[in-house]
Amino acid sequence: MAMIRVLSLILSVLSTVTLLWTQSGECNNGRRSGDAVDTDFSGFSVPLEHSFEVDDVPRFRLRGALQFRGGRENGVYLSQNQLSEKDRNTLKDVAAVDGLYRIRVPRVSLQMDRQTERQSEGYLTTFVRACSLVESHLSDVITLHTDVSGYVIGVSIVTIPGSCRGIEVEDEVDLEVFNTTVSVVSPVTAPPPETAPYIERMEQEMEKKGKNPQEQKSFFAKYWYLILGGAVFLMATSSAQTPPGGAREQS
Amino acid sequence: MPGWLFGSLTAEHCGSCSSAAMAWLVVRLAISVSLLYTASAVFEDQVGKFDWRQQFIGKVRFALFDTQSQASKKLLVATDKNVFASLNSRTGDLFWRHVDKTGPEGHIDTLLMYGQDAVVVVGNGRLLRSWETTVGGLKWETVLDTGSFQAAALVGVQDHVKYVAVLKKSSISLHDLSSGSQIWVENLPDSDTVQYQTIYSGGNGLVFVLGVVPNSHIVIVEYKIEDGEIMNKKSVEAAWMSSLETSCTIISSGILLCADQITQSLYTLPLQSAEQTEMRQIHLQTLDLEVASGFQPVLTSTQPNPAQPPLSEFFLQLSPDHHILLQLKDNLIAPLRDFNPSYLAAFATSGERTVAAVMSPKNDTACSINLFSADTGRRHLDTTIIYHMDPNGGKPNRLYVHAFLKKDDSVGYRVMVQTEDLTLTFLQQPGRVVWMREEALADVVTMEMVDLPFTGTQAELEGEFGKKADGLLPMVLKRLSSQFILLQAWLAHLWKLFYDARKPRSSVKNEITIDTLSRDEFNLQKMMVMVTASGKLFGIDSKSGTILWKQYLENIQPNSVFKLIVQRTTAHFPHPPQCTLLIKDKDTGLGSLYVFNPIFGKKSQIGVPALPRPILQTLLLPVIDQDYAKVLLLIDDQYKVTAFPSTKNVLQQLQDTASSIFFYLVDSSQGKLSGFRLRKDLSTELIWEVVIPAEVQKIVAVKGKRANEHVHSQGRVMGDRSVLYKYLNPNLLAVITESTDTHQERSFVGIFLIDGVTGRIVHEAVQRKARGPVHFVHSENWVVYVYWNSKFRRNEFSVLELFEGAELYNSTVFSSLDRPHPPQVLQQSYIFPAPISTLEATLTEKGITSRHLLVGLPSGNILSLPKMFLDPRRPEVVSEQSREENLIPYAPEMPIREEWFINYNQTVSRVRGIYTAPSGLESTCLVVAYGLDIYQTRVFPSKQFDVLKDDYDYVLISSVLFGLFFATMISKRLAEVKLLNRAWR
Repeated sequence: MAMIRVLSLILSVLSTVTLLWTQSGECNNGRRSGDAVDTDFSGFSVPLEHSFEVDDVPRFRLRGALQFRGGRENGVYLSQNQLSEKDRNTLKDVAAVDGLYRIRVPRVSLQMDRQTERQSEGYLTTFVRACSLVESHLSDVITLHTDVSGYVIGVSIVTIPGSCRGIEVEDEVDLEVFNTTVSVVSPVTAPPPETAPYIERMEQEMEKKGKNPQEQKSFFAKYWYLILGGAVFLMATSSAQTPPGGAREQS
Repeated sequence: MPGWLFGSLTAEHCGSCSSAAMAWLVVRLAISVSLLYTASAVFEDQVGKFDWRQQFIGKVRFALFDTQSQASKKLLVATDKNVFASLNSRTGDLFWRHVDKTGPEGHIDTLLMYGQDAVVVVGNGRLLRSWETTVGGLKWETVLDTGSFQAAALVGVQDHVKYVAVLKKSSISLHDLSSGSQIWVENLPDSDTVQYQTIYSGGNGLVFVLGVVPNSHIVIVEYKIEDGEIMNKKSVEAAWMSSLETSCTIISSGILLCADQITQSLYTLPLQSAEQTEMRQIHLQTLDLEVASGFQPVLTSTQPNPAQPPLSEFFLQLSPDHHILLQLKDNLIAPLRDFNPSYLAAFATSGERTVAAVMSPKNDTACSINLFSADTGRRHLDTTIIYHMDPNGGKPNRLYVHAFLKKDDSVGYRVMVQTEDLTLTFLQQPGRVVWMREEALADVVTMEMVDLPFTGTQAELEGEFGKKADGLLPMVLKRLSSQFILLQAWLAHLWKLFYDARKPRSSVKNEITIDTLSRDEFNLQKMMVMVTASGKLFGIDSKSGTILWKQYLENIQPNSVFKLIVQRTTAHFPHPPQCTLLIKDKDTGLGSLYVFNPIFGKKSQIGVPALPRPILQTLLLPVIDQDYAKVLLLIDDQYKVTAFPSTKNVLQQLQDTASSIFFYLVDSSQGKLSGFRLRKDLSTELIWEVVIPAEVQKIVAVKGKRANEHVHSQGRVMGDRSVLYKYLNPNLLAVITESTDTHQERSFVGIFLIDGVTGRIVHEAVQRKARGPVHFVHSENWVVYVYWNSKFRRNEFSVLELFEGAELYNSTVFSSLDRPHPPQVLQQSYIFPAPISTLEATLTEKGITSRHLLVGLPSGNILSLPKMFLDPRRPEVVSEQSREENLIPYAPEMPIREEWFINYNQTVSRVRGIYTAPSGLESTCLVVAYGLDIYQTRVFPSKQFDVLKDDYDYVLISSVLFGLFFATMISKRLAEVKLLNRAWR
């Protein structure tokens, strides 16, 4: 059995696999993926299964293997087989009845030190409309979401473009190889209230104010001449007017 | 539009200042301008114009009338909501109210009253308080020793009540009534085996403590009042007894009287006698009585003065509707009067005379209450009060009697009846309802606001469009006739206006009744349908707060979950509006539907589907049946779908659209979210699954968006005139989790934004060092949540906004299945300097008005916080572009301004929820805050831009207009004359 399997794998032509680092998004297309399923190079792999049936009852088969590299960065790499002719026809049939193309991955932990407990029961499933997969010529984006502790909590698949316009896909070759982008997304840390930069900015502004000598001066220091002038003027006018008024009052 | 107004203001202002304007100035300017625009406080003369508040107390547990003076109107009540209040017994209004802490900490264990003092034991014997009853001031408070509370009693010496004794599980203490100081405290003997339950003092210098060892014996301990010395201790065989509290009472000069159902006997024992070491058994058979099977007989005695022994008369309740008044005389028990049937019985004392009031059924809808003298059992003449039972209410279950002496020295009385549905009715002879309080409203669970129906004429016009076209001529005639009716109605209206204007203003009072209900011009008046925890439904007019209808649903389990759904609004005349209430038992999950008309409160005749299996989820579809009722889908635990209504038409529509109907289920115990799709045969298929491991974090809340929400603008105009499009996914779910690890450094709050159709996790974030309780609002393209920062020990707000970017993927329609690019997520957090009880966002008709967040604070205030302050695009450093966009520069602390409190001094105690509804005016949003109180108001987030102000000067504008008009006329005439003269020349 093993021999036949290896043979069939070797026989399978280049399957397209995209390797994407979450950070850099570097791609590596057209890589040979022969016996990738069970290999383990310092990381581990989990099976990616898919199902597309005309009667819409899920029957999952192996699509490829997601290989996780050890180390800090959540490097993930998908090696997958190309679709057989039977599968291609089924997929087209499913697309014609607007069926679903489902994928699933087992619930695992991506943390290296949790290897022993990483396998837990159950799968995470998601779907995309089969027609959009066909119309996008099997170009899909698979994202694995992990929680804070590295458990895979959800998987999503979208095709680009994602629409179903009813375009006939004539060319059989278009439906042979997946053009997949796969990535792992872990939760982002939500920002706390940013008090430090705010205080810093306030201090800077205060400093700026302090540097400007014009600002520092008090109101009287700035306008002393105006106030003085005004006062003198007032005194002059009042002294000129008081005598007659006062005289009248006294009389 | 106010947004533009704000924009132009800022631009103008900055044009005048130099380009080198300091950032700080701009900061202040921007804030001040924003304040100018968001100031939303009411003016003094607007108070009570469109808002009202109603205060409640909850289910009454203790009620005492002030019998000291004849003129006293005080009624003291302590309730299950930990409220201690004084009611005006003439009007039912609150004199004062003290709201204690929620939960067992503020639980009122007992209420005693003597003279002007009310003594209250709070928090399972934690505190002993004395209140002054006229103004509700605290006289003194004592912290009691630890130990669970058993009983308390006033203790009198020589006809004067001086002390209060508190019995705990293992100790007894005596306190001075005037100061609260502890006189003595003693440990109870053998308190680990004996359950001490009752305390008694007959004013003879002794305090008796009674304990029981279940099914073995009774222990009686005598304490001396002066120093707490044990004078005597004895134990008496009582193998049949399990609890003293429920089966015993003390009558006459210190005789313990107990009733037992199994042996069908009464037992007596003098507390003080040394020789009698056994309880004397009196078979009920000898009195020709029998206790109903399965009913624990209840004994009721009365001790009018704590300094004197109780009376020797007592009530024995033999079955739920059978009471008998008995008397103990010369060691013999003799029946005075048999009340069969009778629902309730109670003693009351006025001066020296003690009376008994008994409520007996009169007919199906009414009960009669009669007064009997306690010592003889003779009926007082002309004392009947007829109590009419509300056909939509519950049965009476408590009777409180206020007896008083009339001028001719006969006894008069008033009664307060509490029913199962928590209605307090105060009656006086001959059956006049003095006041009524609906205390079920102290615990509103959920509510909806429904538009009022059109008036007859409006409906007539509306109905024209609904009917099938039947030829051109009939249509024209129909139109003409309806226009004629309109004209007639208008003339009648004018006539009424004219007629009313001549009357003095006070006599023109628009009494709101269910018959005069109709929609006002701007749809500002609506029907508030409120569902309360006790299972009583209310229809309340939002303008005045008048209860227009009420309906009590019987047999509701106390821990039921309610979901109220508006299936058909008032818009589909002549079909009546229809609301459906799903009642779900929390333990079994079994649900039932109650369908009613929200305007009149009448139960609908529509057949409801039987729901034999627990309901997991409900879904209101936009699909409508031929009667314009929206289809409700109910998903049971086998993922089978039941449609309601399930007519052929609906089933056909469901079959056609089945492949586009998706729903989700949440299992928070396993952290599982799963998505399902409807199949044509109304079965379902699982299509996606997301599992958030429950060991790390547990799902605390899941919220979608409100279905009736409108978003007016698709994007936001940036400073450089480009548009940032919003990610407006109607299927988006906000899932909030809390970490199981509660250590302050490691705890976190998780936020997941998940598409409800595809199960795609759109965004995933963790707020580190955060803890619940989390309150959040999910609307438009944003989520705002509040959490507790466990490191800095403060509340913080965080806002998430989702944008598609500079271009839309598909601008015509949103489909979750076809939106491959993840949105851009922006987030910012702020410090909020107050704790929070609840959070909600304003809602308006078309979504043009800017949004505000309504924050319910534990202080009872409701803060209207402009969403503008919660904008993740608030810049750190002010730039030309951010100024152009009117973004307020980032400040970490959120301001709280007193003028943002929409309820000024009308605080809402224990606010639990805020409901918002749009009105017919775009500027106006209706707000109802509920908790212990209910407060209704209107808010204008962008001010009333579509309404003329109240103080608009009509006289000036019309006089100017007329002046100009006449001026033109006159000048025209003059010009003509001049022209003529010139021509003649």
